[in-house]
Amino acid sequence: MSMPAEADATSPKHLRDKYAIVGVGETTYMRGSGMTTRALGTWAVRNAIEDAGLKPSDVDGMLSYQSGDSTFSNFIAGDLGIRANFFMDVFGGGSSTEALVGMAMGLIEAGMCKVVVIFRAMNGFSQVRIGGTGARAVAPVSGDMLHSRAYGWQSAGQMFSPTFMRHMYDYGTRPEQVAAVKAIHSEHASNNPKAFYKERVSVAEVLASRIICKPLHLLDCCVETDNGTALVVTSAERARDCRHPRALIRGVVGRCSKPRLDMHYQHGPISTVAGHYAREILWPNAGVGPEDIDVTGSYDAFTFTTMLQLEDYGFCKKGEGGAYVSDGTIRLGGRRPNNTSGGHLCEGYTHGLNMVIENVRQLRHDADDSCPVGPDGKRQHTYDYREGGCRQVKKCELTANMGWANPGTGSAMVMRRD
Amino acid sequence: MAIQAKYLDMPLDIGDLDVENLAYFRHCAAHDFHLQKCSACGLVRYPPTTACPWCAAPKSEWVPVEGKGAVHSYTEVHHAIQPAFKAHTPYLILLVDLDTQKGQPTEHEALRVVGNLTTPDGKLAPKEMVRSVGIGTRVRMVFADAGPGIALPHWTIDEGAAQPAKPWRYPQE
Repeated sequence: MSMPAEADATSPKHLRDKYAIVGVGETTYMRGSGMTTRALGTWAVRNAIEDAGLKPSDVDGMLSYQSGDSTFSNFIAGDLGIRANFFMDVFGGGSSTEALVGMAMGLIEAGMCKVVVIFRAMNGFSQVRIGGTGARAVAPVSGDMLHSRAYGWQSAGQMFSPTFMRHMYDYGTRPEQVAAVKAIHSEHASNNPKAFYKERVSVAEVLASRIICKPLHLLDCCVETDNGTALVVTSAERARDCRHPRALIRGVVGRCSKPRLDMHYQHGPISTVAGHYAREILWPNAGVGPEDIDVTGSYDAFTFTTMLQLEDYGFCKKGEGGAYVSDGTIRLGGRRPNNTSGGHLCEGYTHGLNMVIENVRQLRHDADDSCPVGPDGKRQHTYDYREGGCRQVKKCELTANMGWANPGTGSAMVMRRD
Repeated sequence: MAIQAKYLDMPLDIGDLDVENLAYFRHCAAHDFHLQKCSACGLVRYPPTTACPWCAAPKSEWVPVEGKGAVHSYTEVHHAIQPAFKAHTPYLILLVDLDTQKGQPTEHEALRVVGNLTTPDGKLAPKEMVRSVGIGTRVRMVFADAGPGIALPHWTIDEGAAQPAKPWRYPQE
């Protein structure tokens, strides 16, 4: 792969390739975990540290994100015997993963710590449902929610749908184009033994599933699961001693937002999302453009979120997202597959972290599919993407992750193979 | 003074410190829509905020604003989350561009006021009415009383307005 000429950047270009993700780990993706978020977090963090070839005593920094639905870093650190030089737990869900990777780079750069674990642990099915059902549905309405929840406008699907609808109105985007995202991600998940939903579904099945809130059918919406997920970030130098090929970080943009990030729909066009702004930071920082990317991980809380971000980060022209996600480009074997693990629509819901894990594995050329493991301990990838087969992308060198909080806020990251 | 009320079985709670929302809903209770107008740049804003989103000036005054506009976008909810809405599905959540200040300060902006589609007396609209409304439908503001000192602004079809021949609706009914 050839790197394009240096472009302007809003942050020091010398951080390009200076940091790496060296470890990834997760629990089983499940419903009914039968354990606390503390146990889920501990499980995932332990796996990520082991994957990196490190010991808990090598880790001295910890970051996590949550919405009052998880366990703080200090308890996970305590359970694993980690003595932290830095830890912090931030509020938030989607869009946090890439943002925290950027923060980890800054922490290490500032000399505050050397090896940072980032985790997200959630009982998203058994305890706090992301859709806002249960206790949250009957909590008193006050503050900004007087202008949303009081109108039965509460869940992520309900909140984002006016943006989705307006995109259909502005650009003629069709339901079957967007439904292709679910169908394609389900194909990918069928080659992922870890995925919660491994069944392939068709565009027709998506459109025949019941309407949740227009334009979202049930199968346009992601799964709700219980799981822990974790990453290990360290300097590129330190990463040389780790177990796997390094996933080097080219550039990051974190929680970049449209104007009026309190209520994104106040500032138009509402069919444009935060990627429109984030791309001006992401691509110059990474020194590459969308045309250079081999694999994308565009957050699929809903089929529409994948499409809107791919469009506004510049993978296609504005308004052509519907065609882009339905013409075969984002399918395994296509020009630029998206969410090769099956993503939130099929693998499991983690608020973005599993999509970064997947791209790290893609860059290692070690996607954990059903391909046979050779005598060298590495999978012998067949690149046969039929059901139950391979999901490794051939010659994967550059990936982009695009996290989503809501139409108004997103984060993104470009990584490259060592 | 704090407001505590119940609307569709949902407890609404506005504390003494939330002076912006108290003022907003006090006007709504009188069925008289008011918004904050910036004392520095003169732009009106929605919903209530503690400073001007365009010039950051803290001072504003409450001014009457005409409750008329057109649907900018919407969602039609078939699977309700809050228990009290389950009996009323499908219901519409409308984002309505007010005629007042439309296209200001930039061409894509408008005072985009949230509300449900309701009957003229502020009750969630029946299914046939829901099916007749889409992007472009002209609507006028009505109020649903929720208790002393508070009513919620909503939208109903503006019978007196020239309506688009066919408002844009999601293709699958």
